[in-house]
Amino acid sequence: MPPKAAALSPQAYLQAQSHWHPLEIAFWLATLLPFFLFPDYLSLASQIAITALFALSLDLILGYAGVVSLGHAAFFGIGAYTAGIFSIHVWGEPFSGLAVGAAVAGAFGYATSFIVSRFRHLTLIMITLGLGLLAHEVANKAHWLTGGSDGLQGVRIWPLFGFFKFDLYGYTAYAYSLAALFVMFLGVRRLVHSPFGLALRGIRENWVRMPAIGADSRSHIRTAYTIAATIAGVAGAILAQTTQTVALESISFQRSADVLVMLVLGGAGRLYGGLVGAVIFMVARDQFSGIAPQYWYFWIGVLLVTVVMVLPNGILGGLSHIYARWGRK
Amino acid sequence: MITPALPANDAIANRAIALTTRGLSKAFGSLPVARDIEINLPVGARYALIGPNGAGKTTLINLMTGMVAPNAGQILLGGEDITTLAPQERVRRGLARTFQINTLFAGLNALEAVTLAVAERRGLSGQFWRGVGSHSEAIDEAYEILRKLRLGEFCYQVTRELPYGRQRILEIALALATRQKVLLLDEPAAGVPQEESGDIFEAVASLSDDLTLLFIEHDMHVVFRFASHIIVLVGGAIFTEGSPAEIAADPGVREVYLGKRKHG
Repeated sequence: MPPKAAALSPQAYLQAQSHWHPLEIAFWLATLLPFFLFPDYLSLASQIAITALFALSLDLILGYAGVVSLGHAAFFGIGAYTAGIFSIHVWGEPFSGLAVGAAVAGAFGYATSFIVSRFRHLTLIMITLGLGLLAHEVANKAHWLTGGSDGLQGVRIWPLFGFFKFDLYGYTAYAYSLAALFVMFLGVRRLVHSPFGLALRGIRENWVRMPAIGADSRSHIRTAYTIAATIAGVAGAILAQTTQTVALESISFQRSADVLVMLVLGGAGRLYGGLVGAVIFMVARDQFSGIAPQYWYFWIGVLLVTVVMVLPNGILGGLSHIYARWGRK
Repeated sequence: MITPALPANDAIANRAIALTTRGLSKAFGSLPVARDIEINLPVGARYALIGPNGAGKTTLINLMTGMVAPNAGQILLGGEDITTLAPQERVRRGLARTFQINTLFAGLNALEAVTLAVAERRGLSGQFWRGVGSHSEAIDEAYEILRKLRLGEFCYQVTRELPYGRQRILEIALALATRQKVLLLDEPAAGVPQEESGDIFEAVASLSDDLTLLFIEHDMHVVFRFASHIIVLVGGAIFTEGSPAEIAADPGVREVYLGKRKHG
């Protein structure tokens, strides 16, 4: 126990948990650096922000509620396809497309949450995996709607606020992705520190005890799963809008597995775990694929095994452990 | 040794029934674990449930709390039939339990865990737009429970790092946070050194006179000290029941339970 906490009243102690740490402010200021330091890498930065948002959505269910999913890309893909198709058949205004993509992904999340909330452990992993594969095959088969394995063509997004074009340099794309990530992050951060967030942690810590304190865990999981699906949908929609195409890969098992790897690398159950994991994974992919284009997953594998063995709570878990020990001395 | 808590007995006679089971039966495959159990728990009672290992004591608590579904029979809480209700629905109606094996939120600290239970009872747990820290009444209530059970100064310590005895008390704190009318304690002092087990029961006994209590306990000193009435369960059926004095004098009980313990 940190000695300072003993002096705090219970309420002040719980309030202090949601205070902004200076490192958090530094982190978000650092996200602005690519505009100045790496203007050539803004497209990559935008991809990282989108992936980080996707990882954040998985963290909400996996890291906080302990609901393991191997099919989370289904919601990312649904968001992406919806936003892409919306721009082709309705109009290209980005915010409305984003909202529709999020809403459709959230609706699918809500529908499947009734199945997901009833199971745990291996059964749950298999169910989410199955649902993910199902979504992938539907997108593959519905060639007339999604373009199947050719990808969705003809996505045209209007300039943001009618003024900022999504250009090749990626200024608009990164600003848009980063803003969405930040806004969603604020929402998730608030949620995690709320009574609902505490209940999710309760479910993760002890599924058996929850009904014994009068909690309806399934209802909590349904809510969390719907929110997570909606956020994943936002991430997918932004990818579709900023890249002006949707590849079948965006709804693939590979994407579900990748985001899980990122979250575990960064540290599940920590707000910044998915964010840090996404940065490391995407930068590593960019660098490793430059060295050996076909074998870069080898290095991701090495990284994953090493981190899991040495730092069971991910990179952030390890860092906070060191920080806590250092602080105690 | 202190005399049994007899004074409570007179009061109980005229009081309403808090919890009733009628013909409660359960079998796991061909093995009957509860046979036609009839229990009437008066409001404010302090009942002990004793019996040899495998007598079906924990199963009975699991049946009452809805964690196991009965094959036959009824469970009534304050006159309301709760036989088909989900565990959390029973808790919300005032039936709480603790677990023989610690069933705690290992990664939460004591304050968070009890605040969680209080927030669930107050219907706050669906809220995701306000911080936990802003719900001062729920926090004060949680802290008050911890303080009463002498866990106040340890409330910022993560549960898994608490000493075992304190974890046992946290088990009770979590149950109390549900503001139960009927509390079922499954060996609250299991694994706690004998000299400390009295503390745990003192903490429970000091709670409230309205609280109806049924507890499983192996230590006969504790049973005779805290129980107003004892139910002896053998092979899934009620063998006998009565006041501590009656049970202590019953030669049959000595044979199946007390006697065995001395040899074992």
